[in-house]
Amino acid sequence: MAVEMRHRDDLGTLSNPDEHRAPASLAGVSRDRARSMLRSMVLIRLCEERIADGVASGEIRCPCHLAIGQEAVAVGIAEHLRASDKCFGAHRSHAHYLALGGSVDRMMAEIHGKDTGCSRGMGGSMHLRDERIGLVGTVPIVGATIPMAVGAGLALKMDGGDGIAVAFFGDGATEEGAFHESMNLAASLPSPTVFVCEHNLFSSHLHISLRQPSSRVARYAEAHCVPHQTVDGNDLGAVLRASDEAVAHARTTRHPYFLEFVTYRWRGHVGHREDVDVGVRRKDDLHLWKRRDPIRRFADALVAEASLGSGELETITAEARTQVETAWEFAIRSPYPIGSELIGRVFAGGGAT
Amino acid sequence: MNSVQQVAYGPAIRDGFAHLLRNHPSSYTIGQGLWSPWYVGNSMTNLDQEFGKERVIDTPVSEAACTSAALGSALCGRRPIVIHPRVDFFILAMDAVINQAAKWNHMFGGGIPVPVVFRAIINRGGEQGAQHSQSLASWFAHVPGLRVVMPSTPKDARELLVAASLGSDPVVYIDDRWCYERTEPLGPVEEWDIAEQGPAIRRRGTDVTIVSYSFCAYQCEQAGDRLAECGISAEVIDLRVINPLDLRLVFQSVARTGRLLCVDGDWAACGIASEVIAQCAMQGLIQSAPPRRMALPPAPAPTSRPLEAAYYLTVDDIVANAMALVGSSARVAQC
Repeated sequence: MAVEMRHRDDLGTLSNPDEHRAPASLAGVSRDRARSMLRSMVLIRLCEERIADGVASGEIRCPCHLAIGQEAVAVGIAEHLRASDKCFGAHRSHAHYLALGGSVDRMMAEIHGKDTGCSRGMGGSMHLRDERIGLVGTVPIVGATIPMAVGAGLALKMDGGDGIAVAFFGDGATEEGAFHESMNLAASLPSPTVFVCEHNLFSSHLHISLRQPSSRVARYAEAHCVPHQTVDGNDLGAVLRASDEAVAHARTTRHPYFLEFVTYRWRGHVGHREDVDVGVRRKDDLHLWKRRDPIRRFADALVAEASLGSGELETITAEARTQVETAWEFAIRSPYPIGSELIGRVFAGGGAT
Repeated sequence: MNSVQQVAYGPAIRDGFAHLLRNHPSSYTIGQGLWSPWYVGNSMTNLDQEFGKERVIDTPVSEAACTSAALGSALCGRRPIVIHPRVDFFILAMDAVINQAAKWNHMFGGGIPVPVVFRAIINRGGEQGAQHSQSLASWFAHVPGLRVVMPSTPKDARELLVAASLGSDPVVYIDDRWCYERTEPLGPVEEWDIAEQGPAIRRRGTDVTIVSYSFCAYQCEQAGDRLAECGISAEVIDLRVINPLDLRLVFQSVARTGRLLCVDGDWAACGIASEVIAQCAMQGLIQSAPPRRMALPPAPAPTSRPLEAAYYLTVDDIVANAMALVGSSARVAQC
């Protein structure tokens, strides 16, 4: 007799796509900052849509994991960070790079494998880095950068200031041992680390209900005595409030904080398609989740507050589109790394010996 | 402190740590057992008391997270040395070493310092068995982007640790507890450039080239003395750095002696000795006799005493192999 896994959805309404469609909650956000964040989300969306088109056409060959639908998390966290803080990402990190202020040109060039890329064309989509914006690196080994962020937090603690480290990861990473070791280590050292889980309910093609007995991953923070919040990741206002508290906690107490943002990705685990994901036909609630669009909800909130006039979203979108097309052209025009860099970049001083 | 003192390998390592912690504010060390006098022998005694528990950090039982955390801190301006009291437990931390540290500079475009040292200790013998005794040197030597050092002398144990930590690249530093009692007169610490370190000739000779590293290099020096008593002139080369491997000294030596014996304290398959022999063969240097390779039997380390005695290489074994390689000359017959 087959014994089936027991799963309990402990996310309440947060995992229900029929809920949380109202405009984002804006209390306390200045008009200028709000418009800036809207621009950032739109830029991320258009950038990723352009990349998706490039993947579909074959112009982009490296594996691209798109965060379309999840833009509010990256933008909301970045709003509270400084360039001197240290952030780490994962495979789905275009949004982190852009939200932190990374150059669209250099990211697009990186994805094209060009020497002008943010990683000199040596990393591709999954290896983005820009020290100037505090992004130490993004890597696709699931969970790998979580303990690295804890160590970055330790370094910042040793520096004596109030810098913090941030680890971005998905719900799949909470199934890795390194995640659990990291939470315990961060609480024990302690390390001023903000753990940011973008909980999009899927790890590759597997829904959380097929992977964990409870859908709420913040329960792991409880186990490690780390303060935490679980909020709607598609409500930029909610993301801002939760991340404000988390960042302030890490800055002042030098202890970790855990954030669980429930969200949804509109494309497959990897690649551009909405209908098929790693070879499996998607039978999910995408059409419903699109009504919980973080950009639309934030724009609606701004319009309701009269912070955004009629036609302004269209203007913002047009400007972002131009920026993306300029970056695309820059990438196409840029040279590839020269052959000697294959061996020339093995060690930090150059060369392989 | 300019005086020259007789210092053993274990305390020499401690001197290296003390030098780093005293003179380099960004240095710190982290790992399991650092507040205990027991886990790492006499190689880190009371460092926590001398330099504080915030720079000599004992940790939860989390090899993976602690090693990755050290790497993360190295990317943010620190110079950590991670301690794994046994190589076997270091295996739990391989993502940080192989996927991340070794590749970070390359995959992010170059020019990125990754000054982290992974120190792992070989703790063989004493009936400790299969999961407390491994070397695994060739695993690490296989990976581009890692520097791998395996000191055999007290001076190297101290100076290579300091050089590893002050460089810009990730270094796997493996020391062997069987070396800990070896002594040598040592002056003040010298700060070497890790990128300039490579093999060293420990004993000059003309009849046979013996290549080794770590504890076995010490054994080969002893074997060289014994062979000299028998009229065989052995040249002993200690590789010191097994990745990246620079064999120019070995090529020159084998070109002179025409005979090569490689002594490896690890398993033979795909190992360091095999690599040395392959590269010498490719140079067309193996002339007088087929090269010989000595290594551990292809089995996990046993616990039972007689099996353990059969498992590890001895100075007698090395002498016998060198003699057989040189051949049945009159000189050999005298021994």
